[in-house]
Amino acid sequence: MTDAQPTSRRIRIDVPALTRVEGEGSLKLAIDDGRIEQLQLSIFEPPRYFEKFLEGREYTEVPDIVARICGICPVAYQMTAVKALEQAFGHMPSPWVERMRRLFYCGEWLQSHALHIHLLALPDYLGFDSAIGMATKHPDAVQRGLALQALGNSIIRLFGGRSVHPVGTCVGGFHHAPAPSDISALHTRLQEAQEYAAELTRWCALLPLPEDDDDFTSVALRADTEYPFYSGALVSSDGLSIDATQWDNHFREEHAPHSTALWSLYEGKPYLVGPLARLNLNLDRLPGAVRSNLDNTGIRFPSRNMFHSMLARAVEIELAIHEAIEITASYEYPAAPFDPVTPRAGVGFGATEAPRGLLWHRYETDADGLIKSARIVPPTSQNQARIEQNLQRSLQSFGLEHSDDELRLHCEKVIRNYDPCISCATHFLKLDLERRR
Amino acid sequence: MHNLEKKPRIAVHKFSSCDGCQLAFLNLGGDLLELTRRVEIMHFLEAGLDAPEAEVDIAFVEGSLSTQDEIERIRKVRESSRYLITIGACATAGGLQALRNLDNQHEQWRDAIYAKPEFIKTLNHARPIADEVRVDFELWGCPINSRQLLAAINSLLFGVPPIDDRDKVCLECKRQQRVCVMVTEDKPCLGPVTRTGCGALCPSFGRDCYGCYGPADNPNTASLSKRFAGLGLLPQAIARRFLLINSAAPAFHDAGLIARSGVSGDDSDD
Repeated sequence: MTDAQPTSRRIRIDVPALTRVEGEGSLKLAIDDGRIEQLQLSIFEPPRYFEKFLEGREYTEVPDIVARICGICPVAYQMTAVKALEQAFGHMPSPWVERMRRLFYCGEWLQSHALHIHLLALPDYLGFDSAIGMATKHPDAVQRGLALQALGNSIIRLFGGRSVHPVGTCVGGFHHAPAPSDISALHTRLQEAQEYAAELTRWCALLPLPEDDDDFTSVALRADTEYPFYSGALVSSDGLSIDATQWDNHFREEHAPHSTALWSLYEGKPYLVGPLARLNLNLDRLPGAVRSNLDNTGIRFPSRNMFHSMLARAVEIELAIHEAIEITASYEYPAAPFDPVTPRAGVGFGATEAPRGLLWHRYETDADGLIKSARIVPPTSQNQARIEQNLQRSLQSFGLEHSDDELRLHCEKVIRNYDPCISCATHFLKLDLERRR
Repeated sequence: MHNLEKKPRIAVHKFSSCDGCQLAFLNLGGDLLELTRRVEIMHFLEAGLDAPEAEVDIAFVEGSLSTQDEIERIRKVRESSRYLITIGACATAGGLQALRNLDNQHEQWRDAIYAKPEFIKTLNHARPIADEVRVDFELWGCPINSRQLLAAINSLLFGVPPIDDRDKVCLECKRQQRVCVMVTEDKPCLGPVTRTGCGALCPSFGRDCYGCYGPADNPNTASLSKRFAGLGLLPQAIARRFLLINSAAPAFHDAGLIARSGVSGDDSDD
């Protein structure tokens, strides 16, 4: 598709491009005389107004409503919401509830990361359009991915009845405690999976990941002793350490004309959330065996190469399995799966680590526990500015002289590193490339 | 019913949604690979297959219609598909986001959330697919599960219409010999008016059904509303029970609005 213009030759390409992301977006790229003139990642997911639906709802309904923001990470939304609401009500969850929430969250990391590595990202590196095409040539890789994903889904089902929009979460704990026999069967499956998760890390380290060092600020939770899922201080690679209540002092959301997702900036600048940011900031929180397996790959963390996100996901799969084994090893059936909660007027904040990065919620409640206002900042809106910044630099170092198809594939690979969940913040990605020479 | 070709072609399309119903495909595990031996998947963006205009035997459609662009897109999907099956609450009944239809507050909501509302181009109502094009079969649920999906595909492969199970959650719950959470714990369970298909998950976890599979056949919502009032629920709380995941499904919509208006509804109990 070429338009000839009197003064300059202009190539305009409109290729439906970004598949294998959750949701729909597009990329607009204009190159003029070997220089990027315009680069815009747009998110077209029609807005669904969750924050307004929540107003006037009772606190007990919130976990079921926020789950519907995202089919791939409903657990993250539920966990963040219950944490914020419990803070608003001055309720401390029991140690049993805290541990089981961590296990529940392990299930979501496992299924989401396994889905992303095997079905969404891997075809780029093995030269396929889709995992379905890849399955005939690389049956073992695909089967391994599906098995890990299924294991994660089983953990979620144990606490939630189903892996998408699970029904087991309540403010105060869970509606239902898994039977010890089910936990013990899960424990056995987790032990069996441990070795092939370790293999996955080593295998990912051998993939032809581009060298693409970049400069960015990582933001993630950091806990006292453990790798962060559900708790910890909010820290950054440039020294920030705050709790979720202080969010507004450092982070700000903006609205760009080309997107239906809000953009979040840290001290006015783009920043990274997600597996690579988490691993960069929590390397010393990895269990010994997981750490040494990573060290043996020869790839050093903290890493400045966004393509190491895939490896970070593999490491987090190993970690989730390790954690889940520990928690299931000492399971005790509780007297009650939740503690009663007394609602009150208040404000509560929650920050947890969704598979694709930090998720922040704020709720204001009235004396009856009805929601007066809600604010939700999902990981993908936090990464959006960072993705554009990354693409700018990465395309320059990749070389703008590459063919349109090569440029498009490179852009897609960069974007998929972030595992963007455009539903959280979605349309399919069209690359709109314009070249003027 | 037409018999399908030897290897039928299918497509999975997404509209406004959370992507959760598509996961009924991606969560199939080994069965996903088996499925690809029996049908040819032409279009499924999240799985990396990109041919939105390919002619297919079955189009599965997730999500509701909330922009003009989506309306144009669903018309094209209809033209290129022999059968169109909606998957999930959003496509079948508008979904959770149809809550915004209730009060005609779309513009106020948009302005409250977005700093520059002039950039947001959405329709005033989030609408089910059947509002715009003919729908051949519906799979209810938020989300649907893989069992429903495979049952529908298998039926069509055999050349018979998928079974439309409109029974109530209560029947499944009784078959599982669960203890009724409404009778024993006074929980405001929507099981008596909600369509089966989930496996009675909520009551099996000791909680009250919240209606995510939408209305069953002949739901007696008036009687259930009175029962809820008897349990001590105020009119607004009864309305919230019906007006959640499937607030635009007519039976739940009407029951919700009646409750909200504070009138006790139909007195002729049966």
